[in-house]
Amino acid sequence: MTAPPAAPPPLLQLEQVSKRFGTRPGLLGRLFGQKDDGVQAVNAVDLTIRTGEVVGLVGESGCGKSTLGRLAAGLLTPTSGRVMWRGLDRDMLDADEARRAKLSVQMIFQDPQSSLNPRMKVAQIVGEAPRVHGLIGPEGFDAYVDAQLSRAGLDPAMKRRYPHQFSGGQRQRIGIARALAVQPDMLVCDESVAALDVSIQAQIINLFLDLRTELNLTCLFISHDLGVVEHVSDRVAIMYLGRIVEEAPAEELFARPNHPYTHALLAEVPRITHRRRHFVPIQGELPSPKHPPAGCHFHPRCIHAELRCKMEAPVLREIAPGHRSACHLNKLD
Amino acid sequence: MIDDDFHQDVASTLTLDIRNLHTHFDTRAGTLRAVDGVNLRIKRGEIVGLVGESGSGKSVTGFSVIGLVDPPGRIVGGEVRFQGRNLVGLEEEALRQLRGHDIAMIFQDPMMTLNPVLRISTQMVEAITAHEIVAEDEALERAHDALASVGIPHPEERLRDYPHQFSGGMRQRVAIAIALLHNPALIIADEPTTALDVTIQGQILAVVQRLVAERGTSLLWITHDLSVVAGLAHRVAVMYAGRIVEEGPVDEVLDHPMHPYTAGLIASLPSHNRRGTRLAQIPGMAPPAHDRPTGCSFRPRCARATAECEQDPPATTPAQGRSLRCFNPMPAGSQGGRA
Repeated sequence: MTAPPAAPPPLLQLEQVSKRFGTRPGLLGRLFGQKDDGVQAVNAVDLTIRTGEVVGLVGESGCGKSTLGRLAAGLLTPTSGRVMWRGLDRDMLDADEARRAKLSVQMIFQDPQSSLNPRMKVAQIVGEAPRVHGLIGPEGFDAYVDAQLSRAGLDPAMKRRYPHQFSGGQRQRIGIARALAVQPDMLVCDESVAALDVSIQAQIINLFLDLRTELNLTCLFISHDLGVVEHVSDRVAIMYLGRIVEEAPAEELFARPNHPYTHALLAEVPRITHRRRHFVPIQGELPSPKHPPAGCHFHPRCIHAELRCKMEAPVLREIAPGHRSACHLNKLD
Repeated sequence: MIDDDFHQDVASTLTLDIRNLHTHFDTRAGTLRAVDGVNLRIKRGEIVGLVGESGSGKSVTGFSVIGLVDPPGRIVGGEVRFQGRNLVGLEEEALRQLRGHDIAMIFQDPMMTLNPVLRISTQMVEAITAHEIVAEDEALERAHDALASVGIPHPEERLRDYPHQFSGGMRQRVAIAIALLHNPALIIADEPTTALDVTIQGQILAVVQRLVAERGTSLLWITHDLSVVAGLAHRVAVMYAGRIVEEGPVDEVLDHPMHPYTAGLIASLPSHNRRGTRLAQIPGMAPPAHDRPTGCSFRPRCARATAECEQDPPATTPAQGRSLRCFNPMPAGSQGGRA
């Protein structure tokens, strides 16, 4: 192993990661005609997240973006493939390292109502994990919790309150304070602003941008809202039915989308500058992830689909520096 | 006030004319003025977007129009004139005949419309025969055509299905088909695409846009999403804390907002800010309905507020077809600037 020390490994690297929910029937089951009703939620995904980078992950419901986020955060283990943390296979770490790696990736959820324990006061919610993990002792508890709350824009005087005594935006701030209290290197934000009102959404995005600069956070930002993703991300990956179909630096992706699905998504995003437009939506529904179409998953809805698209799944290939797309139409081979 | 200089010929083209509507909820925390003096007109064939954040009273306004406000909520003042006839105080039976026939509603969750244990055919035939005496096979025929018109493939088969056998987008299409069964003069749509994916939302918007234009239906589209309104509506009304603070043609309101709240909302959209920079944000949050400040409710969050704002700002007509409730509107020529 003589890797040059100048290039540190990426913070998190997913290599051919798949996640399947439900089990395949065993031999006996198959003999008796038992159906395979598992769902391939994530299908052989490669994704690299470098230190300090915000990667946006976009897709519609059922595309597997939340599952991928949970795999990245270590809340789920992949069915196959490897998750590399700072260049080391996360499954091969010893107990102590594994615990630290896990603590280093924290998650912020969509619905702060259901991700905060309603029976705990805010001080406990924010302070419990750092106390359990020995980041703070009993004497520094109050000061530490106060600092965490202030940083998330909450008045520390409110720490004796319960989650239900806060508004939606404030609850999301509690969720952020809780995630940051264990001093993580990386955040996985799963639709973290989707449930908030427009004016509150802007406040939370600003908090996120401030904290990102202040703490040099790395982030996987999962959202269906292309406007928000475009604003906060350095790089964007588009997911469709378990696969990443396109990935590029944010500016490049929005300026020069390549995959027909990305084109369709960008065309459908309502924009305030598009007045009285004539909606010409792409046809068809999202297929069930239980029975994805053969070949390219998008081919039944794609106006450019050729015979090959129905037979063979396209792989992600670089079409420009840093810009990868999985579409046969690129004729790269 | 707005209503005085109002000509009869305009009245005849109005589908809906809401005048100084007040809907209150009496609770232990006090009286919640959910709708606090709303004026809104919708002409025949016009699409009006009613935009507001949660708790602004936009949905209660919609429910008030068709008398669906449940106790402890009640309409305590004002008029809802539908085709010239005041619906406030109308007998329940008279309202029942209007609902689904002359005025239809589409909800965010189509399961508010659909009964989970009945086949789609049963529900649609029932919706038809509730208002008309029709033979069953004719009603079925009409249900079939309605499903086809909203773009549901194989309507003859899908009629036999139950609601859970449809996807979310298809279910919303069924709800729209039911709303259109009697060719209503007015449809009230309450966040009907909010729960849907972007590509499915696009499909639903296309269906609604086509059908409303074909039939000359008036549409009140209630949403929190300014961008959807921009693409769909002719006029937009912005609601804050129970009142419409600004109203007018979509192009004018979105390009030249006058109320600092509208301007702040537009300025905070990511597309109006340079990538990666902090968004122009409106500070604070909307006041709870039982504890609103006197005068203009937006006052504590507004950078333009003056002592005058402690009084109720009256509705003014700053330009042809526009209405505004603000003492210190944004300077002319500002394009969605900071509030």
